Amino acid sequence: MANEVCFSTIDKKIPWSLQTYREQGGYDVWQRVLKQKTKPDEIIAEVKASNLRGRGGAGFPTGLKWSFMPRSAPGQKFVVCNSDEGEPGTCKDRDILRFNPHAIIEGMAIAGYTLGATLGYNYIRGEFWEPYERFEAALAEARAAGLLGRNILGSGVDFELHSHLGGGAYICGEETALLESIEGKKGQPRFKPPFPASYGLFGRPTTINNTESFASIPYILRNGGPWFAKLGKPNNGGTKLFSVSGHVNKPGNFEVAMGTPFSELLALAGGVRDGHKLKAVIPGGSSTPVMPADVIMDCTMDYDSLAKAGSMLGAGSVIVMDDSTCMVRALARMSHFYYEESCGQCTPCREGTGWLARVIHRIEHGHGKNEDLDLLDDVADKIQGRTICGLGDAAAMPVASFIKHFRAEFQYHIDHKKCMVGGV
Amino acid sequence: MVTIEIDGIELKVNNGSMLIEAADEAGIRIPRFCYHKKLSIAANCRMCLVEVEKAAKPLPACATPVTEGMKVHTRSPKALAAQKSVMEFLLINHPLDCPICDQGGECELQDVAMGYGGDVSKYAEKKRVVREKDIGPLIATDMTRCIHCTRCVRFGDEIAGLRELGATGRGEHMEIGTYISKAVSSEMSGNVIDVCPVGALTSKPFRYSARAWEMRQYESIAPHDCIGSNIYLHTRRGRVMRVVPRENEAVNETWISDRDRYSYEGLYSADRLTVPMMNVDGEWRETEWDTALEAAVSGLKDVVDHSGAPQLGALIGPSTTLEEMYQVQKILRGLGSDNIEHRLRQRDFSDQDAAPAFPWLGTPLAALETANAILLVGSDIRREQPIAGHRVRKAHVAGAAVFAVNPVDYDFNFALEHKLVVDPRRMTSALAAIARHLVTITGATNPAGLDKLVQSPEYDTAARAIAERLRQAGRSTLLLGASAINHQNFAAIRMLSALIAELSGSTLGYLSDGANGSGAWIAGAVPHRGPGAQAVQTSGKNLAQMQGSGMAGMLLVNCEPDLDLAEPQSTMQMLKKAEFVVALSSYKSPALLNSASVLLPITPFSEMPGTFVNAEGRWQSFEPAVAPMGEARPGWKILRVMGNLFDLSGFDYMSAVEIRDELQKLVGDVAKDNSLAWRAPEAGQIDGGTLVSISDIPIYSVDALVRRAPALQKAQKLLGPGFRISAALARKIGLKDSQEVKVKQGDREARIAVEIDDRVPESCVWIHADISDASKLGAGYAPIVLEKA
Ligand SMILES: Cc1cc2nc3c(=O)[nH]c(=O)nc-3n(C[C@H](O)[C@H](O)[C@H](O)COP(=O)(O)O)c2cc1C
Ligand code: SF4
Ligand code: FES
Repeated sequence: MANEVCFSTIDKKIPWSLQTYREQGGYDVWQRVLKQKTKPDEIIAEVKASNLRGRGGAGFPTGLKWSFMPRSAPGQKFVVCNSDEGEPGTCKDRDILRFNPHAIIEGMAIAGYTLGATLGYNYIRGEFWEPYERFEAALAEARAAGLLGRNILGSGVDFELHSHLGGGAYICGEETALLESIEGKKGQPRFKPPFPASYGLFGRPTTINNTESFASIPYILRNGGPWFAKLGKPNNGGTKLFSVSGHVNKPGNFEVAMGTPFSELLALAGGVRDGHKLKAVIPGGSSTPVMPADVIMDCTMDYDSLAKAGSMLGAGSVIVMDDSTCMVRALARMSHFYYEESCGQCTPCREGTGWLARVIHRIEHGHGKNEDLDLLDDVADKIQGRTICGLGDAAAMPVASFIKHFRAEFQYHIDHKKCMVGGV
Repeated sequence: MVTIEIDGIELKVNNGSMLIEAADEAGIRIPRFCYHKKLSIAANCRMCLVEVEKAAKPLPACATPVTEGMKVHTRSPKALAAQKSVMEFLLINHPLDCPICDQGGECELQDVAMGYGGDVSKYAEKKRVVREKDIGPLIATDMTRCIHCTRCVRFGDEIAGLRELGATGRGEHMEIGTYISKAVSSEMSGNVIDVCPVGALTSKPFRYSARAWEMRQYESIAPHDCIGSNIYLHTRRGRVMRVVPRENEAVNETWISDRDRYSYEGLYSADRLTVPMMNVDGEWRETEWDTALEAAVSGLKDVVDHSGAPQLGALIGPSTTLEEMYQVQKILRGLGSDNIEHRLRQRDFSDQDAAPAFPWLGTPLAALETANAILLVGSDIRREQPIAGHRVRKAHVAGAAVFAVNPVDYDFNFALEHKLVVDPRRMTSALAAIARHLVTITGATNPAGLDKLVQSPEYDTAARAIAERLRQAGRSTLLLGASAINHQNFAAIRMLSALIAELSGSTLGYLSDGANGSGAWIAGAVPHRGPGAQAVQTSGKNLAQMQGSGMAGMLLVNCEPDLDLAEPQSTMQMLKKAEFVVALSSYKSPALLNSASVLLPITPFSEMPGTFVNAEGRWQSFEPAVAPMGEARPGWKILRVMGNLFDLSGFDYMSAVEIRDELQKLVGDVAKDNSLAWRAPEAGQIDGGTLVSISDIPIYSVDALVRRAPALQKAQKLLGPGFRISAALARKIGLKDSQEVKVKQGDREARIAVEIDDRVPESCVWIHADISDASKLGAGYAPIVLEKA
């Protein structure tokens, strides 16, 4: 069961064209909704039944999120798509934008209708120039076909959609920083509450979902919520895009069912590099805790299984590391990332990410001290749960998990001032 | 109301308030840095994290709304762990240079670190260093000490209304600065020093001069504008070291203007007059008090004896204390003269009998911010009355519509919904147009003579819109500012404004000159009314009349004749022609030395007791903070002795308080009523010429004290040159920006570089009266000729 949702156009000749999309039944739901004026409650019920959980990383049930939107509140409301895709290891939204942009458009249009929003924005990662152009072209096609705009197909329903290219900051993937950025301000997360559903873009009620979440909507409504739910396993509906990178023979994006065993996903990616053994896997993007080979090999790829094993599905960004990997160096690279990407407004993250990065850098370069590992644990612990947004946690969790599972390697660096794996 | 529990104490608190407010009210101290009760909530420092039962994580008290039944622990192990870890993070990159930091001893970070910091740092890496920034002459920066609380940024955004400071860069590289290097220009910029919890932003003039614990603190009242901001003077060894705000919600809240904060430097100007001086046969000599006082009194007596009391007059600066003003008029009237004047910049006195008992704001200051519509008439309110301007801005932020009828399109920190920027000669017709529309809207009978004043159909759209909005607003107010009050057609402007106020149901308020422009009327420092607006037998000469007729003897009090008056040239001539001039002054200046016969050194506000009455009619008394400098003495004592030497009765005061009490008993509750019955005003023409000059007083040139405060003078220079014309006029004459032009006004000539500024009407030249060449020129609104040099 692969490529049934977001990647269902991928084998077609021109996967991204309106024609391809229509041939598979694209925009049928949108037209039906416009014609029948389907009750928003019915749509939300269908989404709830699909067990779709937000694909941006947190896995929050999409139907439930939609039900929080005060959709009959007077005044402008918005839907916003998060295509910022900045998490190291993740590259799935890029391919949806490239190969199935109309699914995003249809999903957002339906969401707009359902949530009482006549205006949508798709916030696209700054470096995604080609996907941006693809998406713009799809928007033009949809507008020309009368599927967007005012009084769409004579239904009296308005929905306009714009894309917004980001400036290259990871933090702008955090939903409230993203809103600030669209507003033309410095991309800094807002303190929540209030949540975007009550105080979102330009202070108006707003629903934000990930690209993959929106792109799944037309399929859910075309085939029914239960169909989608059944693609996966209980509480983990649907198929999911996994970006497999690192030490595999065939890195890439794969759409497979939720609950697929990790070993199968690994096989799809061609298995671990020839001549090497699996050492560790980060299952959901750099912000999720690392898992030793033996632990992950027993897991299936879904929210619940990975959570039970001490990590998270995140955005489904699988970073595979084989036995040539120096865990100290890997962590140093990631910590440097968070140090650079912290927005700087809240104290624990601004100060803590730099502290972590410097200490790990020191250890890697042979200047580690014995007390450093406890210090790292302590600093990571002091960041966690005390910041405005999730970046602080994202920076702290890898540190704690790397040291927990690979402490000996760190200790070796400190004691011998060189790498155990064979690097410097 | 909801019931919550903090640290086991049950509290009833307002719905919607944040935990930190509830705790503050109950006296439970939660550490904080980014929270400031006057600023929006940022929740970025995380110092205020507390444990809330049933919450998974510690929550920031500053951003957590109270809910019924909430149980909060501010000092539980969980809360303390969170607070201490934030403290640790804040300190790792903070320099531990308290001994050389100006904030040392009054630093919020230092204070909180005493309670929550560790003894030994676990941080062994290099600390962050941030380059200093030059943001102008008033505020020193040490950005390495910044803890990124963004209070200063929010102050600019929300209070000053100018986004001058911002945060650039991400993460650890985040820096507070002006982005493009420049001096901050807000008239309230100094408040960032107080909101900054650490030593990143400190006072540049005060820097390195004293420690917090070496200073004493005295309550006082700011002496420059009609607000009377409440301040503290901080002194060390008998010297005022700095000025900081004293909180008073009804007056200045927690803010003060830069003018009030930095003018203290002028107290120690080299110009201070500290010894009595006499001009003996053309030569100035220092002398004893006795000699000087005797000479002063006998000189003035001679004038009365030989030329008659009506030949004696007094000019009193509008920032003189109530007590001094009252005594001056008591002396003059005791000698038989009513020629007493404090309206030094006013030009039109024709309707003075119809003036209110004292020019008041029309509403309490705090109520200004609840207005739904505000019409500024002839006011650059930000610079004239910064704190009143702040209240207007608050009203605007809350949704009020603000309008202006002004001679220059002044830049405000709020948007004007409609504006009439008019040549001052058209000011009355612009107001008449608004009034006329109100007549139509309300269906009132058209007051006789109004139609004749409406001459400007081009104002019609804006005038009608203003009329409609004022009428609909429910709560609205008109404010008359300096360029209305000091206008040649003030009487007409006042009459029309009163008519607009009446027809639209608005209040009418005056933003009077000086710190005691209201008190002056109450004290009787006007020629036509005694204390408390009591009628006098015969009205004395007002300023214009004194200038017109010439005077034989003059008493000047806190008045620099070349700088404090509307018509400096004719005033100087009048004084030169006078037989005998006595000046009570805190400063000596060439103009005073040129025109006076005796100079008596009186103390500035910091060295004496006194009272200022602000525009609301609020009597605010203050005590001296430091001893008089040199031989200078409080004016009330000098005037008391003069009263005795003149053999006048009722000058036995033992203290300034006695004087105030006497006046208070005499005047009782002075009526607060600015209303005016309609009488068709004469639209007195400002005579001829095609071009007219608009000269207003720059923000830091209003009185002798600020004019001598070096940091403020530097700040004023940065605001740019003060001789401005519109691009259209420049094109007509064939001038480029910064080019010199030959300027003629009356019989005077000067060469001045022009600056092109499209905020000036095409038929006008805007002169900031402080530019050195401008004092060679004449009156405020007068014909002027520009020729290519
Ligand atoms: C630091 C940070 C970065 C994030 N980056 C992304 C991102 O690039 N794309 C994304 O969809 N969500 C990202 N998120 C999650 C969003 O805040 C948000 O939860 C998500 O867009 C909601 O969509 P969903 O409910 O469909 O998952 C990020 C969160 C954090 C804290
Ligand atoms: S946790 Fe980091 S990225 Fe998030 S708001 Fe705080 S400083 Fe900014
Ligand atoms: S005071 Fe609450 S987070 Fe700063």
